[in-house]
Amino acid sequence: MENNWAKGAITGVSGPVITAETDSCPRMFEAVWIAGGALDSRAIDSRTMASKLPGEVVRIRGKTVDIQTYGDTTGLAAGGEVYFTGKLLSVDLGPGFLGQVLDGLGRSLGSIESLGSLQGGGAPDLPLWHFTPAAAEGNTVAPGDLLGTVEEGKLFIHRILVPPVSSPQAIAWIAPEGDDYTRRECICRLADGTELSLAQRWEVRVPRPVRARLPLDRPLWTGRRGFDTLFPLAVGGVAAVAGGVGTGKTLVQRSLAAGCDADVIVYVGCGGRGSETAEMLEEFSQAERRGIPLRERTIFVTSTSSMTVAARDPGIYLGMTLAEYYRDMGCDAVVVIDSLSRWAEALREIGNRLEESPGEGGYPAYLGSRLSSYCERGGQAETLGGHRGSVTLISGFSPEGGDFSEPVTQTGLSRAGACWRLDKVLAQARRFPAMDLARSYSLYEEAVSDTLAQNAGQDWPDLKEYLRDILSRARELFDSARFAPTSAFAPIFASTFDSIFDPILAPTLASNRSAGEIALSEEDRWILFHAETIETVYLRQNVFDLQDSCPARSAAMLRLLKALDDRVRSFLKDGLPAAARVSMRAELAALWDLPGDFTDKGREWLALFTAELAARQTADQEVAL
Amino acid sequence: MTLNQEPNREFKQKCSRKLYRQGSRGIKGITGSLLFVENMTGVGCGELVTLWGDPVNASSLEEFAKTGQVLQVKDDLCVVQMFDDAPGLETGRATVWMERDVAKVGVGEALRGRILNGRGLPADGRSLYGLEEFLPAKGLPPGLRIPPNGAIETGISALDLMNTWVRGQRLSLLGGPGLPAGEIAARMAARALIPGKDGDFLVIFAAMGVTGREADLFIETFERDGVTDRSVLVLNKANDPVAERLLAPRVALTVAEYFAFVKGYDVLVVMADMLHYCDALREISALRKEIPGRGGYPVAMYSDLAELYERSGCIAGCPGSVTQLSVITAPDDDVTHPVADLSGQLLDGQIVLDRELHAKGIFPPFNVQASLSRSMDRGIGRGKTFDSHRVLADQLRSAYVKARETRLLRAAVGDAGLSEVGKLYLKFGDAFEKFFVGQKGRERQLERRTLAQSEAKAWEVLSELPVEELSCLPQTLLERKIAIGAASPEKSGEPEKK
Repeated sequence: MENNWAKGAITGVSGPVITAETDSCPRMFEAVWIAGGALDSRAIDSRTMASKLPGEVVRIRGKTVDIQTYGDTTGLAAGGEVYFTGKLLSVDLGPGFLGQVLDGLGRSLGSIESLGSLQGGGAPDLPLWHFTPAAAEGNTVAPGDLLGTVEEGKLFIHRILVPPVSSPQAIAWIAPEGDDYTRRECICRLADGTELSLAQRWEVRVPRPVRARLPLDRPLWTGRRGFDTLFPLAVGGVAAVAGGVGTGKTLVQRSLAAGCDADVIVYVGCGGRGSETAEMLEEFSQAERRGIPLRERTIFVTSTSSMTVAARDPGIYLGMTLAEYYRDMGCDAVVVIDSLSRWAEALREIGNRLEESPGEGGYPAYLGSRLSSYCERGGQAETLGGHRGSVTLISGFSPEGGDFSEPVTQTGLSRAGACWRLDKVLAQARRFPAMDLARSYSLYEEAVSDTLAQNAGQDWPDLKEYLRDILSRARELFDSARFAPTSAFAPIFASTFDSIFDPILAPTLASNRSAGEIALSEEDRWILFHAETIETVYLRQNVFDLQDSCPARSAAMLRLLKALDDRVRSFLKDGLPAAARVSMRAELAALWDLPGDFTDKGREWLALFTAELAARQTADQEVAL
Repeated sequence: MTLNQEPNREFKQKCSRKLYRQGSRGIKGITGSLLFVENMTGVGCGELVTLWGDPVNASSLEEFAKTGQVLQVKDDLCVVQMFDDAPGLETGRATVWMERDVAKVGVGEALRGRILNGRGLPADGRSLYGLEEFLPAKGLPPGLRIPPNGAIETGISALDLMNTWVRGQRLSLLGGPGLPAGEIAARMAARALIPGKDGDFLVIFAAMGVTGREADLFIETFERDGVTDRSVLVLNKANDPVAERLLAPRVALTVAEYFAFVKGYDVLVVMADMLHYCDALREISALRKEIPGRGGYPVAMYSDLAELYERSGCIAGCPGSVTQLSVITAPDDDVTHPVADLSGQLLDGQIVLDRELHAKGIFPPFNVQASLSRSMDRGIGRGKTFDSHRVLADQLRSAYVKARETRLLRAAVGDAGLSEVGKLYLKFGDAFEKFFVGQKGRERQLERRTLAQSEAKAWEVLSELPVEELSCLPQTLLERKIAIGAASPEKSGEPEKK
């Protein structure tokens, strides 16, 4: 241990929280090392290096300090030593994070034995970097200015910037272009003697500064067409994915992390299943998006349920800090957290150990303010270097027992601009994503509509309105046709409906029974069928559906679906039966696979379909005559 | 900072000197199975302690010496949780000795076929020799794990075909009280095997808070299925100490990890019943006057359950695996009950038992619609089971969901309101439940079906539906199905024994 660190002594141990006494002046959230294992070291977490545990100060009362620990406290005894490092938990930001798996403290999980120190852990054991200077000696540089670049992976150009803490001054010396720079090596000396390296240290709980906040005006295309069309998310916004057990939250978030149109994804596994990380790594290593393996643009921070509960708290801050670091380079970064409910539970557990007076549902009263200040770290901004960068936050919420009124979900939803709710019934019917259309919402629609109209065509608002109308009409029809209104999305059962309800008997039935019965007109039946088609072709997607869906393609498909609807309805108006075919769904779906613009192909198909329909009608008429 | 350096060697030596025993007579208070002890200088959190009672009045060694574990240290005071009930304990005369060690479990091949108590000591009246190692019950953090892989065959169609269980996966068996969850779990465990791999699973059964009748049932099932010599039963009955119930699954998992990751076995751990385990957690938590969470359960229950459930899976470069099956009773069939809810978030899937099917006499009464296996795709498909596994499962599920929906409609509109296709769906639903899900053999035995037999059964029940309705299946498969349908005209014949 370093000699200048202040010391303290353990006085109490309770689960992941220890109490210590010290004569020094500890700081709130100061990083500490705890030593004091009294027992056989084999009994102690090998990950925490025998008897040394990292921790963070969470409460100070006079000389008594409460510390949350990031490891197993088994074997810690009163009298054990605590070392106060004088710094907050921090991370060495620099090249080498993309594709890595980190734990909540920023230590690389691939090489758990060769850990760095607590400050600036997470120097993944990486090769040397190729540095290309962009500034010259004598140039005056301010925080956020570009010093040079490093190629990270095959395609990512990592911009090395002057850290936010220094003042504008001249460069005294800058390293020449070369292949063999380590992260910590000095690559630039400023006039005042400050040495800068590829990596810069940053305290994870402190937001990185920006020059100005920018309004949210661009849509973030997530690749999930249902979300993008009906409940769009803005770049720099906050989205909540909420759903009970088994509604596919994790899969939805994974598919968002895979498909969303951003430069860097930070995926924070917070309190989830340990096996998920392994699965996700495997999938992300194999899948590609626009020719780039997904893993190369993703950083994984895992504080899964197999790890100590307290580590979930620094985990989400680490994820945010990493995203902010890439934002400062002018990137669009997305933080995906699965899930913040688990983080809130960790706060509750620690709060409980600290014997704090609980707020609603036993959660600490400061949950709301912590969550707010966390969410506010996202957003679109003009960086110190004058670029436009953003951090978008997509977070999961898992309400206990599927009860959305519980405090964490409600707090989370009040901070989120887009809420994507998932429905259990749909999930059980294996619809993916199991989006609850009735109760999801987005507050960004207005803000992003201009940009969307530019990308997708001026008729985009109409198309969206059309989609919303037909889906809600179908739901109404279905609800009124069934006796008990269902919360589920109606088109699920539309086909059931279609095949099991005898259209001839239905009117008879309606006259025999009380109100609320089914007497579906030909047009209603078509609406149900068409809504189901839209659901199958447009809304439903595989988890790893990485077709390069962009607003223009989605708009083209919607236009086609709308045109189809119009054509068929014009037939219906003539009082003729619609010969809708199930195979038409497959044909429509096949259009997605065509590369590039499929508008012309779509038109051809529609013409063919209409001709066939007309031919069948003529045949029907002849039979009738 | 160098990491290899031992910063507090002096302190450690002071504490771990074993020349004399350290202890205290300062028992300040007793509540339930918790002791509050003073003057335990240097006692570690989680340390094992021995309590010596009154040497004069004790009639046996068991009554004289009892063990416990330090839960919490606060200044001079420490909280000790006793594993034994201690009636008649005198605060003045008893001594609490520090053991300078954590709770450990003796492991070795000698455990095969044995019955242990919740602390890992033999409970079948025979002595235990030949233990190879003593491992901490808390377990060590596993290295980076690899995702579950390789389908498990249980001989139950609703599982093997529709909710495939995969090696290294954690499943729960969820059902209300009165449903035969324990019995099914025991049978699933006894019959599970990995096709193409030599040897069956080694079954570690942690029975927590079970009644004597249930315990007998488990032992009997294992004997009848010839599993006894490849099983270890960790038994904590309903009348055994509550604190021991918290240790029982940890003992079972420690034994499991030893067999899996040291000896290379495929191990199956069955934990029944998690509700009793969580009730024990609640009991201890209440004694410690912790602020209760939902349903009175401690707020740390999620982490505690995670500690158990996460001790599973496969490790890269190790042939063995730990697969888990947890039985969870949902009080009053409420699947949003905290125990079921939290477990659902932590586990890789759930098999739900259906009271309606049970009432119809269908065994096993699996509710296929509500069941879910999150790892299924890792174990099935081309080269693993059969090519059309996924589409067939999807088709069965979608048809069954439609059949159940049709039943609801029939309840409202009567048979007359249903179309011909609707009636066929009803017929399919009944056949599916009776012949596909239900596989009761003679004398309440569970008929064993190979995957091929399950597949044949699936086609058989699907033949109730017109071909046009089978929209999930590709054309080539349907043609094959029609060919098979022509070849085997009998509908519900007993499939041939393996």
